[in-house]
Amino acid sequence: VSFVPGGLDCSISFVSHVLGKVCVHGRQKEILGVLVPHLTDLTKSDCIWQRICWRLVECVPDRWMEAVVLGFVQGAPGADVLSRLLGNLVVKNKKAQFVVTQKMLLLQYGHTTAVLQNLLGYLSLDSLRRALLLRVLQELLETWSSSSAVKHSPAEQQLYISKAILICLSHLKEPEIESCRQELLTRMMEGVKCHLDSSLPQLRRLGMVVAESISLKINTEGPVLKFEYEEDDETRELKSLLVQTPPFCVVPSLPDDDRSEKAGAALPLEPESNEKPHTAAPVMPDEELDAELDSDDDLTPYDMSEDKELKIKAPVYIRDCIEVLTGSRSEDVDKWEATVKALESLVRKNPAATREVSVELAKILLHLEEKTCIEGFVELRQRAQVAVLTTDPIPVAKYLTSQFYSLNYSLRQRMDILDVLVLAAQELSCPKFHGKTKHSGAQKPCIQLLPGSDSSKDWRRIVDERIKSKTRRFDMGQSHVELASCPNEFNSVAGHFFFPLIRHFDRPLTTFDLLGEDHLVLGRLVHTLAILMYLAVNTVAVTAMGKALLEFVWALRLHTDSYVRQGLLSCISSLLLSVPTERILADMTEELLETQSWLGDVMEKDPDGDCRRLALQNLLLMDNLKKKLEAVLS
Amino acid sequence: MALPPPDPQFVLRGTSAAVHTLYFSCGGPEPDIPLLFSGSENGFIHVWNLKTHRVDTALDGHGRKSVFCVETMDGKDRLLSQGRDQRICLWDLAEGRTSVTDSVFTEHVGFCRCSLLKVAQGRWLMAMAARSLEEVQILELPSKTSVCTLKPEVGAKLGMPMCLKLWQLSCDSQPLLLAGYEDGSIVLWNVSMGKALSQLICHQEPVMSLDFDVEKAKGISGSSEKVLSIWSLNEQQNLQVYKTHELVNAGISDITIRPDKKILATAGWDHRIRIIGWKKLKPLAVLDYHTATVHCVSFSDHSNPRERLLAAGSKDQRISVWSIYAQT
Repeated sequence: VSFVPGGLDCSISFVSHVLGKVCVHGRQKEILGVLVPHLTDLTKSDCIWQRICWRLVECVPDRWMEAVVLGFVQGAPGADVLSRLLGNLVVKNKKAQFVVTQKMLLLQYGHTTAVLQNLLGYLSLDSLRRALLLRVLQELLETWSSSSAVKHSPAEQQLYISKAILICLSHLKEPEIESCRQELLTRMMEGVKCHLDSSLPQLRRLGMVVAESISLKINTEGPVLKFEYEEDDETRELKSLLVQTPPFCVVPSLPDDDRSEKAGAALPLEPESNEKPHTAAPVMPDEELDAELDSDDDLTPYDMSEDKELKIKAPVYIRDCIEVLTGSRSEDVDKWEATVKALESLVRKNPAATREVSVELAKILLHLEEKTCIEGFVELRQRAQVAVLTTDPIPVAKYLTSQFYSLNYSLRQRMDILDVLVLAAQELSCPKFHGKTKHSGAQKPCIQLLPGSDSSKDWRRIVDERIKSKTRRFDMGQSHVELASCPNEFNSVAGHFFFPLIRHFDRPLTTFDLLGEDHLVLGRLVHTLAILMYLAVNTVAVTAMGKALLEFVWALRLHTDSYVRQGLLSCISSLLLSVPTERILADMTEELLETQSWLGDVMEKDPDGDCRRLALQNLLLMDNLKKKLEAVLS
Repeated sequence: MALPPPDPQFVLRGTSAAVHTLYFSCGGPEPDIPLLFSGSENGFIHVWNLKTHRVDTALDGHGRKSVFCVETMDGKDRLLSQGRDQRICLWDLAEGRTSVTDSVFTEHVGFCRCSLLKVAQGRWLMAMAARSLEEVQILELPSKTSVCTLKPEVGAKLGMPMCLKLWQLSCDSQPLLLAGYEDGSIVLWNVSMGKALSQLICHQEPVMSLDFDVEKAKGISGSSEKVLSIWSLNEQQNLQVYKTHELVNAGISDITIRPDKKILATAGWDHRIRIIGWKKLKPLAVLDYHTATVHCVSFSDHSNPRERLLAAGSKDQRISVWSIYAQT
């Protein structure tokens, strides 16, 4: 494909047709793989070649335009090359404009970041096209800030749109930002609200990063928005998109980016006070003073061996602890602190004494608020609660589960109740040897259920391991240590943990509506039930629990929040893994068949990737079950 | 073998409230009774008879608000007291009277004790924290005229003044003020000119108390941390850190150097009184009697050195009186 440039007016519409036809048949990569490098070279400095190239693409018939444009955008090595090759095609051709500004950005989301850079860079490089860039940004922001989009579109699409927004922002110049500052601000406020409402931590983080970036761009001086979140690869990548390194001198944009970056990033520093007091180095006493013999040196010191660090003694009896924690003598904060720190070990060392006052202690701990600033207060309180719950499970579980559904608790307290129940259940169901709880590595990996963590991911890992252990392997060495067997303490209390939690979920209270606004707590509740179900393996109540759980899942299966749906699917996994196969097949066949068809639906149509994966997993487990049954019967 | 620390010589009970300030008045010749003045949280000033160990008089002049500073002016007949009712009262106690002759409304809501310095017969300078956050006001007593107001410069961010000490090198030299502030720094002010001469950051936490040895130009300050800071004043009137002294437990409420400059006493939040040699900062004794934080320590002004006493007032409502290192 090497043309000899003559001074001739040649018609290249034939070539355009060929190109179009080839692209539409899916051969973009092959033909453009050859064409684009050549054209890149030729159009580098030669205007005529540039015009030829533009004519080439302009003449492609509309019905093939999409394929050709897509191919070019994907194949071009950079935005400047794309600009040379396509020229102002997007302005002149309606179809091309639609593809570039709408289809590739809003309707598709599978393209790589490099493609996005190409596309948006291309739009920014010419003044005629910049109007399109602004329009694109507005539409992207509209989608980003729409609450229904945040709730229902897949996470990957939301990531894609966020990336596009950040790249657009990086290309904008000061006057353009000035003109749409108000709108940017409005959209940012709406969007950040929708994102923070989401139950999925990834979406929340996306919202925070984009909002921070927008704030950075529109407030070049003065404080910018700053969220606290954990940096990870995704956030770092997103933030790197904000800085553009233009390959050739489009001079205005470079200083603009730098300036706004620097000005926005540094918060205004407090003016330092002029008179800085000096802290001089200590003056060493002169030799002479030492040599002076003084009658003062005859002062003999007394015995000071008793002078030790003052340690506030924590109470030694549980009832004393109760007194200190509920005491109205608010002055004795040292004692209060010491009590909080010592409580867990006291409870564990004195089970009999704890059992006498367990419910009272649980009540005090549930309402205990941080009086002074102790490090790790939340963890200390949680450990103490778990200790009380494991020492006297039945009454305390009864109390906690009843409080979960009572009036006038904060969401945080309700979620704390769930966390404590899970941790205690885990402790009770793990075999203890030598008096210490050892969370064995092989079968049940240790999970740190910190508040706010995405426990569904951990549990998926555990379920995966369980599945692995249930699939037949022909050559598995005995690599793990046999654990000493002892009675399963969770057996007698599993029902007490589980059933009260599941009972009242559909009864709204004035301050607490699981099925309404408080879907975050519902999500946590569902995950908790999944974990309790999982831990109830080998208990007597497991079948009854399984039946109740199936009904519960069925009632909520169409919930709009993806975190809740993930939880429901985890429930099914736990159920299939914990309830013995015979009991499943004997008692729950019809429900399982219905569930199976629902799982199929989820696997195909659910917008959330995690839900689809979990549904697939469940179907595989069910398949395993069937195979096992057939193996047994045959 | 070191001896165990001594027990208190006697303990004064009866204030029925935490004791915040103590002041001895034992310098008078016989047949004057040695007295100890104490100010308590319930607003009373008790005059203790050190012979009978009983309260001779109870003065009620601060509307039941805590009294945190008492000092005599020229003997036991004139008393100055400062309370949390934002007032400084001057008392006339001669011949059995118990009346407030004058008072100054300080408008200060903090805990900074005022400092008195006798500059001439019948004239004193008093430094006190004023209404405005960082300022210290110097008044002349008994005329109550303002001599100057010591304002740190704008943006210095020293915080409230926490403790004050007025001093002068000799009778006719210029009066100077050492002030410890909330940000942990100590500033040396020239009172006549109203200017700061030197500033030194001694602590990371507020300076709780300070005392200064005029002859050696060396001072010591304590705060809520675990260190005492010892600093000195050189010829150019600049403050410099000399040493630091580590403590076992954090928190000092009061420091005072004995008039003979041989030892000093600290009142600690850990309920203990510490005696430290002033010359080389050698720890000498730890007096462990009180069961709550010790608010104040004070040395007596007995003319006979053998009778010298140390008194400590604590939150546990007791005043312990000790005789320690009195033989030297």
